[in-house]
Amino acid sequence: MSANLASILYLVSGVLFILALRGLSHPTTSRQGNLFGMVGMGIAILTTLMVSPPSGFGGWLLVILGLAIGGGIGAVVAKRVPMTAMPQLVAAFHSLVGLAAVLVAAGALYAPQAFGIGTVGTIHGGSLFEMSLGAAIGAITFTGSVIAFLKLDGRMSGKPILLPQRHLINIGLGLLLLVLVIAFIRTESHAVFWLIVLTSFVLGVTLIIPIGGADMPVVVSMLNSYSGWAAAGIGFTLGNLALIITGALVGSSGAILSYIMCKGMNRSFISVILGGFGGETAAAAAGAVETRPVKQGSADDAAFIMKNAAKVIIVPGYGMAVAQAQHALREMADELKAEGVEVKYAIHPVAGRMPGHMNVLLAEANVPYDEVFELEDINGEFAQADVAFVIGANDVTNPAAKTDPSSPIFGMPILDVERAKTVLFIKRGMGSGYAGVENELFFRDNTMMLFGDAKKVVDEILKSL
Amino acid sequence: MALTPEQAVEQSRAAAAAAQRAADMAQAIADQVAVGVTTVTHGAVDPTVFRLAIFVLAIFVGYYVVWQVTPALHTPLMSVTNAISSVIVVGALLAVGVNVAPALGDGPIWARVLGFIGVILASINIFGGFLVTQRMLAMYRKKG
Repeated sequence: MSANLASILYLVSGVLFILALRGLSHPTTSRQGNLFGMVGMGIAILTTLMVSPPSGFGGWLLVILGLAIGGGIGAVVAKRVPMTAMPQLVAAFHSLVGLAAVLVAAGALYAPQAFGIGTVGTIHGGSLFEMSLGAAIGAITFTGSVIAFLKLDGRMSGKPILLPQRHLINIGLGLLLLVLVIAFIRTESHAVFWLIVLTSFVLGVTLIIPIGGADMPVVVSMLNSYSGWAAAGIGFTLGNLALIITGALVGSSGAILSYIMCKGMNRSFISVILGGFGGETAAAAAGAVETRPVKQGSADDAAFIMKNAAKVIIVPGYGMAVAQAQHALREMADELKAEGVEVKYAIHPVAGRMPGHMNVLLAEANVPYDEVFELEDINGEFAQADVAFVIGANDVTNPAAKTDPSSPIFGMPILDVERAKTVLFIKRGMGSGYAGVENELFFRDNTMMLFGDAKKVVDEILKSL
Repeated sequence: MALTPEQAVEQSRAAAAAAQRAADMAQAIADQVAVGVTTVTHGAVDPTVFRLAIFVLAIFVGYYVVWQVTPALHTPLMSVTNAISSVIVVGALLAVGVNVAPALGDGPIWARVLGFIGVILASINIFGGFLVTQRMLAMYRKKG
């Protein structure tokens, strides 16, 4: 196969990837889009194997073995993973892309002839630059995603870990990286290459550990973006159009998602990256002990109120995901609908631990997507709603974001649940949310608190219905 | 704030016009750059420049396409971008397939080992990413 034909086929797979993302503009076209993506990937792999076939039987064997082992693991993981674990899974997948980028860059360094970029000792400076960039970003993505995975999976505390002088450390590591990259371009030294990788590994850890659990949606999106830029860097080394286009797509996709998440929290991207949110403020809030009384209700009360309502808006949050309450919630909504109640769902952009987290869980529980609304589409409807049913969400409903300029969440767009006639809060206890701020809605007359595990409470309500 | 259909149509028309203008401008700039590059290099443009052009344009394509993605599908968006960025497997395939004749020394053997691990990691991502996306997308249903 000629190099020109191969380039055109890579271009085709790049275009198919664009169509895969395009399909996601609507649920009905998304499945077809995913199919386009798979076809594009198939074309890219087959083209590579045809234009530069693996050398010898051993080469083919390793290719087929590698694809089979990886594919088998991937397929099993994709089939088994519970939907609630999706944020962890995505973080883990990001780390694999990052590590793969490092390995490919190293492979190109050790056997440049296979990549058509010269021979050992005479690799073009430009290729060395692209290679080191791909490897560095890949390595940061790898360790950063591993930390994100550990935090999301609960194997590591979601609290920010603040090293002393962490900004200085990061700047120092960044400068060191710059010096190493320059040295690498001038010497093509393998040792310097591995130093670049090592430094980037460390930087990936120090960048992500100070970022708290609530900021994870931004972190996951950001690492998504990084994995794209790493792929693009490698794409330049290989001169491969499919990789360059994909890298650009994924890079900008992750960047846009980070922007949307930051906006959903009214925080600047810089302040998220610098980290430390949730740590200090939580400590401050713990100082003032709250003594005001709250109105506590039972599942029977909640069932009675909702049965007699005309319109109920459900506001799910991370607590619903933790308790796996989405199925029970949908059954409850079905019962209410059978009683003639209008039920809608309202999703805050940063509800959960990753973009679109709540939507996936509701979809899993067979909630039709046309009953699920985004913040700006439904916020006007709370005033006409009889009940706002807040399950496992807190900060995203806190009116302090609108009224209290001293609050750490001031300016964050919130769901106006307080406009509903009655607000039902399902919470484990009186603790404050991730931002560490007291929610004064709990103390209002039209609020009723239902304490307990989200799933248990919903099951009880279901029984009383 | 809800848009009336007329407003929505008007807005999309304005957006389309803006995109058209941007495309015209990009074309004009690209033409000029091409002319400039050709004069300087007498027609021999470094392929990296073309790759850079494709890269930059693809960023813009990505920008417009991703803003069109409905927020409800942001999680599948992440998993599918994950899957497609594993097209990095093509690099790993090249590394695995390297000629390891003894005369070439240790380098190719290392490349083959690194590439093999790379192929495994990337294909976990390819299969895992696309299949989990498919599983998620299959759950999104309409009423009734």
